[in-house]
Amino acid sequence: MTADRAAQPVLRVESGEKETVLHLAGRLDDATVAACWDEALGAVSAARDVRVDCAGVDYCGGAGFALLVALEEAAGRHGARVRVEGLAARFRELYDGLEREKLRAAPEPERGHGGWVADVGYITSERAGDWRAEAEFVGEVGAGLVSLARHPRTLRLREWWRIVEKAGSNALPIVGLVSFLTGVIIAFQAAMPMRQFGVDIFVVNLVALAITRELGPIMTAIVLAGRTGSAFAAEIGTMKVNEEVAALTTMGLSPVRFLAVPRVLAGIAVTPLLTVYSMAAGIAGGLVVLMLIDFPLATLMNQLSGALELQDIAAGLIKSFFFGAVVAGVGCLRGLRTGAGPAAVGDSTTRSVVTSIFLIVVLDAIFAVVYYNIDF
Amino acid sequence: MDADHIVEVRGLTAGYAGQAVLHDINFRVRRGEIFMILGGSGSGKSTLLKNMIGLYPAMSGEVFIGGDDIVGARGAAREKILRKFGVMYQGGALFGSMSLEGNVALPLEEWTRLPAAARALLARLKLQQVGLDGFAGYLPSEISGGMQKRAAVARAMALDPALLFLDEPSSGLDPVTSAELDELIRSLSRNLGITFVIASHELSSIFAIADRVIMLDGGGIVAEGDPRELRDRPTNDYVRAFFHHGKERAAA
Repeated sequence: MTADRAAQPVLRVESGEKETVLHLAGRLDDATVAACWDEALGAVSAARDVRVDCAGVDYCGGAGFALLVALEEAAGRHGARVRVEGLAARFRELYDGLEREKLRAAPEPERGHGGWVADVGYITSERAGDWRAEAEFVGEVGAGLVSLARHPRTLRLREWWRIVEKAGSNALPIVGLVSFLTGVIIAFQAAMPMRQFGVDIFVVNLVALAITRELGPIMTAIVLAGRTGSAFAAEIGTMKVNEEVAALTTMGLSPVRFLAVPRVLAGIAVTPLLTVYSMAAGIAGGLVVLMLIDFPLATLMNQLSGALELQDIAAGLIKSFFFGAVVAGVGCLRGLRTGAGPAAVGDSTTRSVVTSIFLIVVLDAIFAVVYYNIDF
Repeated sequence: MDADHIVEVRGLTAGYAGQAVLHDINFRVRRGEIFMILGGSGSGKSTLLKNMIGLYPAMSGEVFIGGDDIVGARGAAREKILRKFGVMYQGGALFGSMSLEGNVALPLEEWTRLPAAARALLARLKLQQVGLDGFAGYLPSEISGGMQKRAAVARAMALDPALLFLDEPSSGLDPVTSAELDELIRSLSRNLGITFVIASHELSSIFAIADRVIMLDGGGIVAEGDPRELRDRPTNDYVRAFFHHGKERAAA
């Protein structure tokens, strides 16, 4: 339909010595104007005086007015004048009412803070504010957990179970799958080169230690960061945007104690449980690979019982408490720090995942150094 | 449907999840008039409006826009009908990441072959028509609620539709800004000949701009006609309560 209308000629140009006449006719709408825009502007680009004859125009839409204004601007650039004649009265009134000066592209409003020095100062002060807020948050969550330990009845149990269910049991399939496949990959990668030296049975030791001490806790924490931490950030961020957080504050309730403390407690509770499950799934993945390359299960279990000590599992579990607190805490903090606007919740969610993963890796490095120094 | 009417709703039954909220709705909207759908909260004003613009699927009935039924239309036929009207949503629904000019130019970019310079000029022209000169480069978050609604009207007008649907245009606005928006609607109707279909319950707006109204209650139309006549000679208790309680409260 658009193409049909565009095909109808609405412009005829007569170039004379004294003036150039543009005869416009029919409907001046987006389709017909688009078809003649370049030709019309080209015709006036070098003309001295321009007359636009609109006697044949039976409809002039916004695109038609835009064309007339553009013709004026194009002619005006080299000092030519444009006369629009014959425009029907109802369109003429609208055309004459246009304020040409204000139709020019306006500069974008100033959004900076006045030069790079001011920007650096602004960002520094904003970061300092962030750190202060983060320190306050950690303190308030810590105080909230202590208070909860002293008065456990203050925990809203039904709400807390809902969070535990979403963060914990609902995460079992993905944590199990990721951990199982991690065990499979490690076993596959290690078995082939180790077989060349006749030590492929020690793949069991490698998988067991790697999974229990490092990969089990880390994979669980990373899955939780992507799944639970981001959900906390999005949920609390949406509450902030909807002014539910403000409502809590004005009711005299601390949003940190009301929203963050139960979630951090849930994170601390479910992460070690998921980590144990992850360890079991990862080791199972490794054993399946070794069974596929003809090791009997009894041999593998015997090797496993010799390779794995309770201390290795404890080393992974201790970390997982901290990982759980970090993932849940960062998710809640980012949610509570959500700004305004439609992109704010998305930004909070992204920042929650990125910060959580970064802190998980940093914490893991710290644990590695500490464990090494205390020979754990 | 004759040429004098731009919208005709025939036997429309609409609702959510199999539950009908509106039953057998019938009315017509004349070209060039400001037509208001009135009713209390929960009476189905927005539901009716959203069924008329094809946003929700009607349970039964027909909605003719410029002679074409939007209820059964699919694909290209539906797109053709959608191009005949513009919509302003209750909250404005401007895209937060785009400037006002970008918001208004978006439908032009998608639906026309106008060159970029023409689109930008046309977008600024539309913004001027709603009194937003000089704000083309602003983001929606940088302007007031009233200005956002004006910008939303400009975006709805981008493709020069003959028909605009407005969902609660005055909600959340102070009386002065609300009156300015009413004046804008009146001037666009007068100068551009645009037909307006507006869902509202603001008494001041109804008497300021509406040519004709229908009133919804209990899932059906309980009154239709000139709002001043309905106020002065209410046809039933609900219409009396709607106009007179509101007036008494305003007077108090």
